[in-house]
Formats: sequence, C-alpha cells, structure tokens
Amino acid sequence: MPKVKIARKSTFVDMTAMTDVAFLLLNFILLTSNFVKQEAVAVAAPSSVSEIKIPETNILTIIVDPEGKVFFGMDNQELRVELLEKIGERYDLTFDEKEKKEFSLVNSFGVPIEMLKAFIAIPSESKGSLENAIGIPCDSLNNQFSEWVRLAREVNPKLTIAIKADQATPYPKFKNVMNTLQDLRENRYNLITNLEQMPKGI
Amino acid sequence: MSEINTDKGSGGKGKPKKLSTRVDFTPMCDLGFLLITFFMLSTSMSKPQTMELALPAKDDVTEENASKVKESLAVTILLGKEDKVYYYFGMATEEKRPEIKVTDFSAVGIRDILLQRNQQVVAEMRALKDKLAKRTISDEDFRKQATEIKANKLAPVVIIKSTDDATYKNLVDILDEMQICSIAKFAIVDITDYDKELIVSVENPGAEKI
Repeated sequence: MPKVKIARKSTFVDMTAMTDVAFLLLNFILLTSNFVKQEAVAVAAPSSVSEIKIPETNILTIIVDPEGKVFFGMDNQELRVELLEKIGERYDLTFDEKEKKEFSLVNSFGVPIEMLKAFIAIPSESKGSLENAIGIPCDSLNNQFSEWVRLAREVNPKLTIAIKADQATPYPKFKNVMNTLQDLRENRYNLITNLEQMPKGI
Repeated sequence: MSEINTDKGSGGKGKPKKLSTRVDFTPMCDLGFLLITFFMLSTSMSKPQTMELALPAKDDVTEENASKVKESLAVTILLGKEDKVYYYFGMATEEKRPEIKVTDFSAVGIRDILLQRNQQVVAEMRALKDKLAKRTISDEDFRKQATEIKANKLAPVVIIKSTDDATYKNLVDILDEMQICSIAKFAIVDITDYDKELIVSVENPGAEKI
C-alpha cells in the first residue's frame, strides 16, 4: 500500500484581527462612558417618561433614602474644599490641609456636623459603609442640611439641585426636604428618575 | 499559544530552521478583553434622566392669587396609601360636598380620566407630534407650538395633594401623568383636613361624619 502523505498544515491562528476588535471596543467604551460614582447609599429611583438629561457639571445631589435620611453631594472637587471652609466657619471647626484634601474626595456623605471630623478621618473604602449612613439632620430644630445647601449656593451660584429619592420614601420626608429648600428660595429641582417608555397612542 | 506544537524535532541534522517573524497576539488579545470587562463593570453608559420641577416661591403664594382656579376646570387629585388615587372635580366646600372617586395609577386609571378632561389639548398635541414625526416642523417650532397648545384656557388645572401615607414614587408617577396627558397647569398643594375627611368617607362609606 502506498503511503498517504498528509500535508502538515500550520495551526497558527492569527490573533491580530481579534486584538483589533478588542481594542476598538475598549476605545469606544472609554470614550462613551463615565465612571460610576460611589454614593453614600444606594437608592432605587422611580421611573418616568421624562427624557431630559441631567447637566454635566455644577450639580448638587441630594439623596433621600427610604427612611428619609438625607445625604449631600457636590460635584466640583475644588469647591468642596471651599464649602468645607465655610462650614467650618459657621460651626467653629477648623480643618487642616489633610482633612480638606480627604473631604474633596468624598462624593456624597450623610453625617451630622459633630461627626464630620471623625467621618473624614476614616479610610475612604469604609466611608460608604452602612454605619456611616446616618443622614444630615433636616428638622426645624437643627437644620444642618439647610446650612449645607445655603453655603453650597454661596460657593457656587450656578448649582443645579438634583434630588434623588428612593421610590419608597414616604411623602412627608420628601416634603420636608422640599420645604427646607423652598425656605432657601430654591424652587427649581431636577428629580432623578429612570427612563420609562412613553405609552403609545397619546 | 494559538498554535499546536507539531514539531517532531529536527534531530540535529540539516539546515538550521528559519525563525518565524510572526508575533503571537494572544496575550495582547487577552489583555484587551480583560480591560473591556473591567471598564464595562466600573462605568455607566447612560446619564441619569431627570424630571424638572419648579415650585412657586413661598412668599409668592398670597391669599389673593392662591385660589384663582376656575371651578369648572379644577381637578383635585389626592394621593393615598397603597398607591391609591382619589379625585374629584371642582372645589371642595363644606356646603357642596364633591363626589370623590377612587382609582389607581394603571393605564385605565387616573390617566383615562385626565385624558378625557384634557381631550382637546391631547388631540392637538397628537397632531403636532405626528407633524414632528413626519419632519414637517422643526424641533424648535414643535416646542413653541406645544407650549401654546398646553396654555389652552379650557385645559384642566390639576391640584395635587398628597397624604402622609403616600410615597415619593406616587408623586413622581402623578407628575408623570401630567406630562403624558399634556397638562401644563398643575400645582402641588398641602392637604387639608377636609380632604382627609373625604378620603375617610370614601373608604368607609357607612361611617358618619362626626
């Protein structure tokens, strides 16, 4: 029997094309997305048909969790330092350079003034933990939240107020926040919602 | 890596093997996908949606301009507990008890009632949206005309009152219905004791008013 010679073919797979695709996708994702910001609490926003997008900069985020605890966040890191200085003046607290720097990295927080120094001192990984989600006092006796908003407006007059409240937040808690803002003559808000399809035929 | 080794060994004889100039891209490809996975998980593609809400300044609301709503146009919506919605038309006064009804947030609930009350505006808005879809008018004209249509003198004025048992979701839902039903004139007002009484009366029809 004659020997059948099988031609030995190379099994080398050219990965260049696949690499191209992978990096193309990577480029696309990098350019179109923005990083998820760590927030003091996770809230489930209600959905709405509104298609207005939130502005890119100068946002003051107010988060209200299901129990009505209020959290505060401002987007500009340099202005956060200024805000901290003003808050320090108002409540007779002094912050050193390290504390200011640490505070400028906090996206949102919810602790009373008395605990602010301790909150800044804890490492950034555990700042988002549940025991630090106390909420800023927002009642008529001790309305620190009102002070935060007032001073934030002083620091940055262009701020847009965005309120992100949980679906299950009871209405009185939300009304309390709105009343506080109205007392400060802040009458325009953006309520953060998820997109929902507009019902057909209307 | 992307090649199965089929070399049986040259046995030390013959010419030295020519070295291939091909570069193996497999590790680079791995790296690429690893980075994609990382960025996919740590970033968000879409910006959050918002709903704009403007409230009147507190000191603007005075006795004179507080109740200038035409009675025939007024619709009062009360947000109750467990996603219930109560509504009545016209003004609530002690002498004339309005007929209060219960509904919900479904498509045939409060939306149907509001659409019916706002028929004229809704029809005009629908025609305008058709025009926009067919590109016969520009976006700017659309916005201008939409504002004009919504400012219709006969459009209902909705007064939203929320009980303490309602949630934030209910409020957003009802504001959403305003947008769906093209109602531009609405106000969020504090609930009165009389409204609470009305809810109680509709919940327990047998109970007499004390």
